Amino acid sequence: MYKILKAERLAEKIYLMDVEAPRVAKSCQPGEFVIVKMDEKGERIPLTICDFDRKAGTVTIVFQIVGASTQRMAEWKEGDAFQDFVGPLGQPSEFVKEDIEEVKKRKYLFVAGGVGTAPVYPQVKWMREHGIEADVIVGAKTKELLILEEPMREVAGNLYITTDDGSYMNKGMVTEVIKDLVVNQGKKYDVCVAIGPMIMMKFVCLLTKELNLPTIVSMNPVMVDGTGMCGACRLSVGGQVKFACVDGPEFDGHQVNFDEAMKRQQIYKTEEGRAMLRMQEGDTHHGGCGNCQ
Amino acid sequence: MDGLKKVPVREQEPKVRAANFEEVCYGYNQEEAQAEASRCLKCKNAKCMGGCPVSIDIPRFIKEVETGDFEKAANIIAEASALPAVCGRVCPQESQCEGRCIRGIKGEPISIGKLERFVADWSREHGFVPKAAEVKNGKKVAVIGSGPAGLTCAGDLAKLGYEVTVFEALHEPGGVLTYGIPEFRLPKETVVRTEIENVKKLGVTIETDVIIGKSVTIDELMDEEGYEAVFIGSGAGLPKFMGIPGENANGVFSANEYLTRSNLMKAFRDDYDTPIVAGKKVAVVGGGNVAMDAARTALRLGAEVHIVYRRSEAELPARVEEVHHAKEEGVIFNLLTNPVEILTDEQGWVKGMIVRKMELGEPDESGRRRPVEIAGSDYTIEADTVIMSLGTSPNPLISSTTEGLEINRRKCIVAEEKTGQTSREGVFAGGDAVTGAATVILAMEAGKNGAKGIHEYLSRKKQ
Repeated sequence: MYKILKAERLAEKIYLMDVEAPRVAKSCQPGEFVIVKMDEKGERIPLTICDFDRKAGTVTIVFQIVGASTQRMAEWKEGDAFQDFVGPLGQPSEFVKEDIEEVKKRKYLFVAGGVGTAPVYPQVKWMREHGIEADVIVGAKTKELLILEEPMREVAGNLYITTDDGSYMNKGMVTEVIKDLVVNQGKKYDVCVAIGPMIMMKFVCLLTKELNLPTIVSMNPVMVDGTGMCGACRLSVGGQVKFACVDGPEFDGHQVNFDEAMKRQQIYKTEEGRAMLRMQEGDTHHGGCGNCQ
Repeated sequence: MDGLKKVPVREQEPKVRAANFEEVCYGYNQEEAQAEASRCLKCKNAKCMGGCPVSIDIPRFIKEVETGDFEKAANIIAEASALPAVCGRVCPQESQCEGRCIRGIKGEPISIGKLERFVADWSREHGFVPKAAEVKNGKKVAVIGSGPAGLTCAGDLAKLGYEVTVFEALHEPGGVLTYGIPEFRLPKETVVRTEIENVKKLGVTIETDVIIGKSVTIDELMDEEGYEAVFIGSGAGLPKFMGIPGENANGVFSANEYLTRSNLMKAFRDDYDTPIVAGKKVAVVGGGNVAMDAARTALRLGAEVHIVYRRSEAELPARVEEVHHAKEEGVIFNLLTNPVEILTDEQGWVKGMIVRKMELGEPDESGRRRPVEIAGSDYTIEADTVIMSLGTSPNPLISSTTEGLEINRRKCIVAEEKTGQTSREGVFAGGDAVTGAATVILAMEAGKNGAKGIHEYLSRKKQ
């Protein structure tokens, strides 16, 4: 069992947990992810690694409520425990494996959207630990949904925050901030790392392609085992079939077929919707047509 | 009774079983088993044993079945096999032990598989527990993968007194026995779990949720955690796809995904959270045992199911029994047919498949007649779900993170057959990770050889 040492609500529907998982904490790197399973009957849920403490043997995960399982998970408290917590999965971010002197020569721009701020954080933190100041854009729908502002400020170079509705800092999408920085302010970046909802990553990539700015994205498709066995997470990158779990999750964003990936995310939506309804309605659940006596 | 014929085995009615996940075959009861055992000629030079990859003393255990000493029979099998309830169900006996049975020359061979199953089931029901080693030798060995190769290797080493830990990547041990072979052919709770528990009772520790190469590397296991030898039995888990247009459409699954959802995650049960797309009209592409398993699973989930296979019935790689069962249950076979393209609707879901008719040409390297396309024969079949069952290849996770571990061009680990020795000192391998996808019993043989190889290596090292 993998014990929860801390459970915290970061924003509406977004939660953070520190979980005791010494093997994962010892070996994980920025860019990788884990799979958790709550109990015997639970699903295997792929989750972002937000942080880790090798000494304490803990891994920090952040998740958003998207279905019945994550809804149930959000109710868990300190002292509860996952039956399974496996990882790290996937490939570490490319810069982790590269010659540090080469990495230092580049100027990085990180773009985080919503709960995607969580996987961006360990990457920016890694940069800071290696003496690199990276610029970071964090976008949220509204002020209440902004997460990890303070920790991010501590590790980022310049931090630009934007909200869709203008309730906090800039008003507008992350793409508008990128445009402002690169086109209006004339900032030069060598690499952009964009992580967030698929639709955001798609539009960031359309823009950075125009700006000739190489862009890495992190994909979060449907997954079962996370070790290359099932192929549920397959996507097209540069016309080739890749498995997000073992070849990714990070890919050259300019090569990813986002439209196909977004369609594939819908595969279990009906089943997920039904499960959510079953949970909300409990014993009164019987299809919900409203015509029954 | 007709001595030329096998005592028939009772099965669930095809119509009934096509709608449930209960085991198809009921197996022999005591009387049936004893009657079948009495047909055995107890040959002095028993050919059947030569056909058994793990060399079970077949005539000796059958003699005990005949006299009714089932515990003795269980002990005889346990000398050679740690997974008799599994093997009795899924071994291709027709081409192994039973294929060589002298009784089979004139009539039907002895039902060796069903007798093995009877003994194993009897032992489970009567609480028979295999004996653990009395003295531990204090040496640590790591086994990677808890499928048939890993479990066999671990069990044999534990019997020799080694301290064995098995590392499993998934949350449940068993490998293909757990995620691959369906409940209706191999019950998980009763058969698989019990046999794994028996391996644990030999003193083996199983650590789940550990991905070797990611969570910890082989070098770390040997340098930091004190393991003196490692056996890699990580199987062949990567699914193949055809590379035809439309293959990434919603509703196209690998057989691995479909079966993993149903078997490992129990998606077929309402009380488990993992979803599965049942499909109304399902096309399963391929003709092996895995294709039959996927087809019969889809059938039980309520679909009309078609097997689409490019050769003819004679070339189907699946066991005859599996094909027979699939047909009985209502799976439709579209033979000499090969997919060309998968058609989708606007939302990206499968709506059909363009297929091409084939004919058989000259035999190829595999000895089977090569399928040749018939020009202009394309037509469309309706389907909302396509399951690709084209075989699997080994996962490169371990080979790519273990320096000096030699692999061949098919990404299989290179290992000596008799000992499992790889290109790295102290590292042994066997099963599908070495041979590519094969059978449970061949993996068990490799696990046995690996255990022997490791024992010889560590005994030598001591001196």
